[in-house]
Amino acid sequence: MNDRTELERLAPAPSAEKPDAPARTKTATGYIGQSVPRAGARRLLQGRGSYTDDLKLPRLAHVVFFRSPYAHARIRKLDLTKAGRQAGVLAVFDGRAIAEYCAPWVAVLGHLKGIKSPPQHAVAIERACWQGEAVAAIVAESRAQGEDALAHVEAEWEELPVVTDMEDALSNRSVIHPELGDNICFKRDFVTEGFEDAFAKADVVVEETYGFGRHTGVTLEGRSIVADYNAGEHSLTVYHATQAPHMMQDIFSRHLNIPEANVRVICKDVGGSFGIKVHVYPDEMATAAISVMLRRPVKFVADRLESFLTDIHAREHKATVRLACTKDGKIVGFDLDDLTGIGPYSVYPRTSGIEGNQVVNLTGGPYAHKNYRAKLNVVFTNKNVTCQYRAVGHPIAVALTEGIVDLAAQKLGLDPAEFRRRNLIPDDAYPYTFPSGLKFEQLSHHQCLDKLLELMDYKGLRAEQKKLRENKVYRGIGLAAMIEVTNPSPAFYGVGGARISAQDGATVRLEPTGMVTCLVSVTEQGQGTEGIFAQVCATAVGVSIDKVRVITGDTGTTPYGGGTWASRGAGIGGEALLQAGKALRANILELAAAVLNVDKNALDVSEDAVRDKATGEAKLPLAEVGRIGYFRPDTLPLKFQAELTVTRHYTPREYGFTFTNGIQASYVEVDADTGFVKLLKHWCVEDCGTVINPMLVDEQIRGGVVQGLGGAMLEECLYSDEGQLLNGSLADYLVPMSGDTPDIVVAHISTPTRQSELGAKGVGEAGTAGAPGAVMNAINDALAPFGKRVNVQPFTPERILKALGKI
Amino acid sequence: MEEFVEATITVNGKPVTRRVQPRQHLIDFLREELGLTGSHTACEHGVCGACTVRVDGEIRRGCLMLAVQAHGCSVDTVEGLTDNGELAALQQAFHERNALQCGFCTAGMLLTAQALVATAPEATREDIRDFMSGNLCRCTGYQAIVDAIEEVIATRRKGARA
Repeated sequence: MNDRTELERLAPAPSAEKPDAPARTKTATGYIGQSVPRAGARRLLQGRGSYTDDLKLPRLAHVVFFRSPYAHARIRKLDLTKAGRQAGVLAVFDGRAIAEYCAPWVAVLGHLKGIKSPPQHAVAIERACWQGEAVAAIVAESRAQGEDALAHVEAEWEELPVVTDMEDALSNRSVIHPELGDNICFKRDFVTEGFEDAFAKADVVVEETYGFGRHTGVTLEGRSIVADYNAGEHSLTVYHATQAPHMMQDIFSRHLNIPEANVRVICKDVGGSFGIKVHVYPDEMATAAISVMLRRPVKFVADRLESFLTDIHAREHKATVRLACTKDGKIVGFDLDDLTGIGPYSVYPRTSGIEGNQVVNLTGGPYAHKNYRAKLNVVFTNKNVTCQYRAVGHPIAVALTEGIVDLAAQKLGLDPAEFRRRNLIPDDAYPYTFPSGLKFEQLSHHQCLDKLLELMDYKGLRAEQKKLRENKVYRGIGLAAMIEVTNPSPAFYGVGGARISAQDGATVRLEPTGMVTCLVSVTEQGQGTEGIFAQVCATAVGVSIDKVRVITGDTGTTPYGGGTWASRGAGIGGEALLQAGKALRANILELAAAVLNVDKNALDVSEDAVRDKATGEAKLPLAEVGRIGYFRPDTLPLKFQAELTVTRHYTPREYGFTFTNGIQASYVEVDADTGFVKLLKHWCVEDCGTVINPMLVDEQIRGGVVQGLGGAMLEECLYSDEGQLLNGSLADYLVPMSGDTPDIVVAHISTPTRQSELGAKGVGEAGTAGAPGAVMNAINDALAPFGKRVNVQPFTPERILKALGKI
Repeated sequence: MEEFVEATITVNGKPVTRRVQPRQHLIDFLREELGLTGSHTACEHGVCGACTVRVDGEIRRGCLMLAVQAHGCSVDTVEGLTDNGELAALQQAFHERNALQCGFCTAGMLLTAQALVATAPEATREDIRDFMSGNLCRCTGYQAIVDAIEEVIATRRKGARA
């Protein structure tokens, strides 16, 4: 089996002369737009990834948390003495002890006017406000020993009134934080001039109320952190599965009172994030504080139950939406009343007001209309906290918009595709300002719609559907147009006072061997960031892609930046890297011109060498540029200093967000006897501007679609009236598996943003944004012969049978 | 304090003997005691398949089996099956089609897929989706995984006929 030649054939080893060049890649320049397999995937495929939990440090201790069994209760007694005496236990701490080392936080933002939230501690003091909130920490030599000791914590509780229902919270029957006065974290009212009049004069007004189940990200890797405080230098190194290392560096520094320069956050391989790993978690802050207290490395990895109880949840909304239109099918306006329950605290530092705010910003977004009214209430409840999860607010806004648009089309007797064609913002209407105030640079709704209808053979499917209905086979076709926030400017968080960077930086360095190293502040969560950065860098500098090494996820080495969230990595980090690469190329040419004694304008860099621009003849290999630049600068002109390392930054500023657009379609079959829905096929046409790597983009869209389908069909964090989570395991909380999932056809329209040279818009959230609306419309289309509709997600067989009046 | 018992397990072709706690799961034994971190724990409930390893030739959930139950058995992990080349065709197909993103499910996917590839030369796309249904991937949407496995099965079929 271990025959060397056989092994070579099966898994050829790279060598110094022949680096690990991915298959099917060009060795010349120009990788943008190519489906280059990403080099970093190789080690993951061989089981040689390095996730935070894989890390072992000398004297590593493990922390486990004693968590509240009640949704709302006062701690009458908390005795950790016995727990502290168990085998392997190193220390036990309550909230007060941790608070001496970790300052509490309040998650508000200046631009969300009136948002309020009480101070939150790393470990609760006196009172727990949701089931699963940590109230004590036990540190042991092993995780198992820590968990054994948990059974010896002695706690007595006084149960307090529990608020789980959003409407109950809004009524302020019982106020969770009396010092705040009421249960309202944030509210927003918005109305355009002439709204009432427009609605009063409209020929048709349709109205419907929609419900959205609270669900969560289910990253396969639980939240993970290893904090290593070194008292000798008052420094803290944190190995952290995070999307935003610099944000966390700032937060560890300020809340643990360690100078920022002494805090280093290292983000190794991350096993999925989806927005779950971009927030401040109390147990993770406690882990860092305990490392400081014990002066040794401490690890915490959330197990699956802890993940369900404490990873942010999202999307628990109930919203009534109205659409007004003329009788010939012209949309006049939208009216929204949205209510969302966020748990007992706004989540730090991004706040839990953003999701609802996005729903207000985006509802009605694809359509040309002038009248809009929106009301939003964000209320505290005694469930786990909610915050920004992949596609933040979009799945709600898209489903609300597209659901009511379909209902209006039905009422008018218009085909849903035709109704959309009459109302989508025309492709030549840009730049365009939406009634909620958002500005769109350039969108392509009509091109996307045309492409989608062609791709799915819309007419053919309609004919098939009609024919099958005669045989009592109920299939449905659903469309969902969407707009998506990507590449956010400082308008998202920075203007509100959050120390969250909207800019990113890239450093590019020519190595003496002619290799290129780039360090970028955007992180890799598995989506292929490092892969596309290699493509951008190779293209910008003029080297083959196997010459590029990419380093991300380390505040100690990379430039400062925001990280990975809000579909910003490619568009912002990619542009910074493109500019850095171009600057390095210019510096290489300066040096080569000095060596060759020719005009630099006569030279170019391509295929790993400086070449004569006119003939393409190789004049100086990059390895020679490196050798001279680093080892023989004495041979260069006296005043010439080689600069073979360059850093550039980029911030989008012209628009608040670089909006993308797209449209999805779902084709389903509903079994009217069982209520089961079979997802037959799904289509997505998306405009993310420049597509850097079609293969990566398409599979990211598919993954996003499947996550959206999960929320629409299966996923819900179910709570009892007492605030007890009823489905805290993957056996009870269902997520899509390969057998539930249809083939997904992806196509693109490309309208590069003119704000950057790269032209890339974000794409990571588009699939999740549109899928729930599309599948909801497909199900309702299938139910149309029965004259029934469903409008509460997830669309379980039970809900469908109830709608059909069968149970 | 729990007693330790001795277990001898052939891991990736080499016998190892360790004193283990009877309650220790096989996946924790492999990861914590032997440093074989290629297999992962995710649901710890037997649902997600991230901890899939091979025991005496059959794929097993490392979180549903105790290390002591593997006493006298032969256990293969992604590390061993990479080194002996058995997974090479699948690994290449996964790589070329980007049938992974974060990589956390990947070892389990590869071992499960290899069990199908080795035993079902006529497996259809639907068979593949069905067989892989016990392995959760939260990133990809599964399509590239199905494509990659389909390609490897087709290539093997062609090879067998040639």
